[in-house]
Amino acid sequence: MKPAPFRYFAPETLDEALSLLAEHGDEAKPLAGGQSLVPAMNFRLAQPAVLVDLNRIAALSFIRPDDAGGVVVGAMTRQRAVEHSELVAARAPLVTETVPYIAHAQIRNRGTFGGSLAHADPASELPAVALALDAQFTLACRSGQRVVPAEAFYTDLFETACGHEELLVDVRLPTAAAGSGFAFEELARRHGDYALVGVAVAVQRGADGTLIDARMAYLSVGPGPVLATRASASLLGTRGETEALRVAASLAAHEDIVDPPSDIHATAAYRRHLIEVLTVRALTRACSRAQEGA
Amino acid sequence: MSSRVFGEPIKRLEDPRLLTGDAVFVDDVERPGMLHVAFLRSPYAHGRLHAIDLTDARSRDGVIAAFAADDLGAYWQHGPLLVPPPPIADAVFYPRTQVPLARGKVRHAGEPLAVVVATSRYIAEDALDDIVYDLEPLDVAIELEAALDADAPRIHEDLDSNLAADVRQQKGDYAAARAAADVILERRFTYDHGAAAAIENRGVVADWDRRAERLTVWDTTQAPIPIRNGLAGLLGLSESQVRVVAPFIGGGFGPKIMMFYPEEMVVPWLAMRLGKPVKWIEDREENFFATTHERSQIHQAEIALDREGRILGVRDDFLHDTGAYNPYGLTVPINSQCTLLGPYRVPAYDSRFRAVFTNATIVTPYRGAGRQHGVFVMERLLDLAARELNLDPVEIRRRNVLEPDEFPHHHEIIYQDFSELVYDSGNHRPAIEKACAMIDWERERDGAGIQGEEPAGTVDKRRGVGLVCYVEGTGIGPYEGARVTVESSGSVSVSTGIGTQGQGHFTAFAQVVAEQLGVAVERVRVVTGDTRAFHWGTGTFASRGAVVAGNACHAAALAVRAKILRHASEALEVDEADLELVGGEARVVGAPQRRIALGDLAQRANPLRGAVAPGTEPGLEATSYFGPSRGATASGVHAMEVEVDPSTAMVEILRYIVVHDCGTVINPMILDGQIKGGVAQGIGNAFYEQLIYDSEGQLQNASLMDYLLPTAAEVPPIETAHLVTPSPLNPLGTKGAGEAGAIPTGALFAQAVENALREDLPDLEILEIPLSPNRLWELMCAARGEQA
Amino acid sequence: MDDSALIDVALTVNGTHYQRQVESRLLLSDFLRHDLGLTGTHVGCEHGVCGACTILLDGEAVRACLLFAAQVRGSTITTVEGLAAADGTLHPLQEAFRQAHGLQCGFCTPGFLLTLVPFLAENPNPDDREIRQAISGNLCRCTGYQGIVDAVRSLSRTGAPKPAHEAET
Repeated sequence: MKPAPFRYFAPETLDEALSLLAEHGDEAKPLAGGQSLVPAMNFRLAQPAVLVDLNRIAALSFIRPDDAGGVVVGAMTRQRAVEHSELVAARAPLVTETVPYIAHAQIRNRGTFGGSLAHADPASELPAVALALDAQFTLACRSGQRVVPAEAFYTDLFETACGHEELLVDVRLPTAAAGSGFAFEELARRHGDYALVGVAVAVQRGADGTLIDARMAYLSVGPGPVLATRASASLLGTRGETEALRVAASLAAHEDIVDPPSDIHATAAYRRHLIEVLTVRALTRACSRAQEGA
Repeated sequence: MSSRVFGEPIKRLEDPRLLTGDAVFVDDVERPGMLHVAFLRSPYAHGRLHAIDLTDARSRDGVIAAFAADDLGAYWQHGPLLVPPPPIADAVFYPRTQVPLARGKVRHAGEPLAVVVATSRYIAEDALDDIVYDLEPLDVAIELEAALDADAPRIHEDLDSNLAADVRQQKGDYAAARAAADVILERRFTYDHGAAAAIENRGVVADWDRRAERLTVWDTTQAPIPIRNGLAGLLGLSESQVRVVAPFIGGGFGPKIMMFYPEEMVVPWLAMRLGKPVKWIEDREENFFATTHERSQIHQAEIALDREGRILGVRDDFLHDTGAYNPYGLTVPINSQCTLLGPYRVPAYDSRFRAVFTNATIVTPYRGAGRQHGVFVMERLLDLAARELNLDPVEIRRRNVLEPDEFPHHHEIIYQDFSELVYDSGNHRPAIEKACAMIDWERERDGAGIQGEEPAGTVDKRRGVGLVCYVEGTGIGPYEGARVTVESSGSVSVSTGIGTQGQGHFTAFAQVVAEQLGVAVERVRVVTGDTRAFHWGTGTFASRGAVVAGNACHAAALAVRAKILRHASEALEVDEADLELVGGEARVVGAPQRRIALGDLAQRANPLRGAVAPGTEPGLEATSYFGPSRGATASGVHAMEVEVDPSTAMVEILRYIVVHDCGTVINPMILDGQIKGGVAQGIGNAFYEQLIYDSEGQLQNASLMDYLLPTAAEVPPIETAHLVTPSPLNPLGTKGAGEAGAIPTGALFAQAVENALREDLPDLEILEIPLSPNRLWELMCAARGEQA
Repeated sequence: MDDSALIDVALTVNGTHYQRQVESRLLLSDFLRHDLGLTGTHVGCEHGVCGACTILLDGEAVRACLLFAAQVRGSTITTVEGLAAADGTLHPLQEAFRQAHGLQCGFCTPGFLLTLVPFLAENPNPDDREIRQAISGNLCRCTGYQGIVDAVRSLSRTGAPKPAHEAET
């Protein structure tokens, strides 16, 4: 289990990195925290000819407030820094609640926020959270930058809108508005494992206490993170009563999520069942938090 | 000062080396000019190898050599049959053993096809991609029952079928017992044990000193002496030319005693052939394919009882997956067959098993070594019987356990050590009562099924308890030896032939010896696992180190003690009976100022000048051997409290209790560690670990990402208590403890989960291990009459 | 720069400065063990799960098998060899492991120690749940973890001091 040979570059600026990516095209692979890429290389499942190591680009590692009350996280910010950020806790508490579910402390010490989002593993927590929060991804290439909403970023299994010559540079997390509530639930075989099913939920109550917004995003149920749009829509106008949650959970499990995978850890049927169970649990918590915030 | 060290929780003498990173493991061995090895392994579970071309691999920069089976010449041969079948009447057994590199046919995925030697492991792995080979995939026999079908793909084509063994053992008259029974219950049970997954993978370093004509091999083996003897024979060397060192080993648990692994045959040959030191270190992916497993058995079993719940007889017919080859003979299924009987009075027993070749990694003992399978069947049968008879599960066990006056207890069948299965001693009822008291059985059993304390009210959980019993045949022969030497410094050195993989032998054997010689335990230096230090022995397996090697150390220490007393009696001019050995000295009882240090006595016993009496042996040294007439039977009771989330089928273990009896205890701290570590592996076996093969014979979860070893978050605190019923079969009265923790956990888990869910699902029967949340959920759906 | 071009790496390990040239693909775990001879860092899986190779990289616990040696240029690393004092006195955490029987074969132990040193520095008084979570990224096949948890708990009031070579500076 030793990696195949590759050419290694460790640029110190974003411009250098983007030039290297442009130069080497799809032969090159950016190296962020390496907590998924390096295992794949050790198994020789991944054999990139060129590695562009982003770890020396200090400008990609930051957490700062944005003008709209949200928070912007640089792509190379370590997951552990996000986990312990007071700014993130105040403005995007769903992220703070979720990050401890990512693997183990040693992995989060090295793993990056942007690396996990860009890797697009359907079993990862952060892509689902980004979907639930309607996060905005900033992609850069040599000719400029563009902003892509999370929904458009995830295109297929391990596939994203990020081109070979592009890099994810930061992610904008909108602020939690008044009356909003959130929750993350997942079921993993062991502490720190990839979840069999997970769900990130963000809801918002209006002045009359009814739900005016709901976003539920799932992991490990499809080729990428899955937004349950019908289930979310069914909640609008309700107060999040138990029956409404059950209806939403059933819609999520049977209509929004069409084809949950079967694998060695869980059958599709069990996953479908867990989607319902975890949806109710997550919505229950999110709605009760939203009540508190209203 | 007190000289009492035997039986005390002495802190381990080996720990400082391990804690500072100084301890040498096989991969830490560096030799000048050392080369590195990678093996090309079969991607198919079953295939015909038509051709293999190493030309491109050999021409890669950094590659020194590459070899396939034909290059080995006369060295290519089948590995030895490590354990021949025990003398059981009419037993059918077809031995087929592994080869160093596949020739003509491959029989499991991961079987080595070729070997590359390069200046680094990185380059050796690069070169594997250069090898061109024509391997025609064949249909596979992977599923245990289907592999016995007449038209199943034949794994060993010279045999009529994939049947590897057919063995029946009987005691009493089961048919008569059945005819007299009030209750008869029959079920099909499946029990799948997994990979040992020691954190250290295997490894071999070999160094041939051409000028000294000596081969040194560092090997992660549990049995350095048999490896030394075998290698000498294979390579045409004298045993004195081969030194095998098993240094610190990062966990063994059974698979590291398999021999010869193909790599163990090939790497020393490479070192001699190339005249260079050669290192092979197994990586984790290889470990899943190339290191032996334990796997599945399917039992069709029946119990006959009277209406009081007393066992009249048990009948069992099971299939055992032995993998592609069976070098370890019948050890695992015989352990299942014998251990099934448990601590119970079973007047009639009729047990047949058939071992089956499959296109999967070889099966050899892994901690428990088939005992789990048998215990699961018996304990589940008793649970079902208790339910049928409306008896408490503890009560049915009380009614059937052997009483102290029933020992030695003859079971009239043959055990893995070739002798009759006879329990030497035991005292089971107090163990049951102790475990009940510890887990508060009456209260918990009554209260089981009620929901846990969940503040939010969103998750209703169910609690349940379980309690099971088991015995473990331990400490089997043939023998081990030890040499004890008092050095002129007053230090004591102890050498024994077994290897050590974390069991604390450096400390436990020092305690045994220090006790007899009256020295501080820190003054005793133990060497294990180096064939140069001790010539004779078999190895560390079957929970036998403390029993067999421990008693050999004891015997050698007694012999040295006698020499010390004789010399001291001369030196101090007193009767031996008036001497005591305390504080590293021989002292006159009642006149402690009259004394002589052991070091001084050692010098007197090894004079540099002058004459000694004819027949005198120099030094304060003795070598002794111990061979038990049969294995000693340890026993125990485990109890568990679980909490089940009925919506998700997730299970959390809240409490785990072990009441254990392994006779005299040398070091209770080390014993406790053995038990707790075993339980953790048992928990893995019950709910987390399973080797999952697809229909093509491909292992689907060959990584630690997907093969789930329990972490600290899954293993609960484990409470232990120990009863002491000494074995009459050895002077120390010890019984083995290495495997006990792991043996009954699956059976216990099943009982406790059923109990937790009994209000919701009174008909739920768990007849298989391992479970997973997914599988438990499916069983729960089925018990509700729903489709999963 | 071609595939075999060597990369200069200068770094500090356990207070000692090293300068080496490495191939780009050389794993940090192999570099420490075989290039620097610091074989106390053990390799159990090479895919970041078992935790045996855990080291401190600039004070934080990371998997050495998931880093390339080329990446740690200019870094400060602590391995298990850097925990005890120069005179051989065990680090309090090492001593606690010994007292509580927190190791058997000892192969996983270095990874546990280096996971726990920063954990205890940040959480001097953890409860059992926190301890178990903190070590859940390290696999031990021998102990059942209880001795390890006991060892950490025995230190929990005081916290574990820094590794010896850091404390001296």
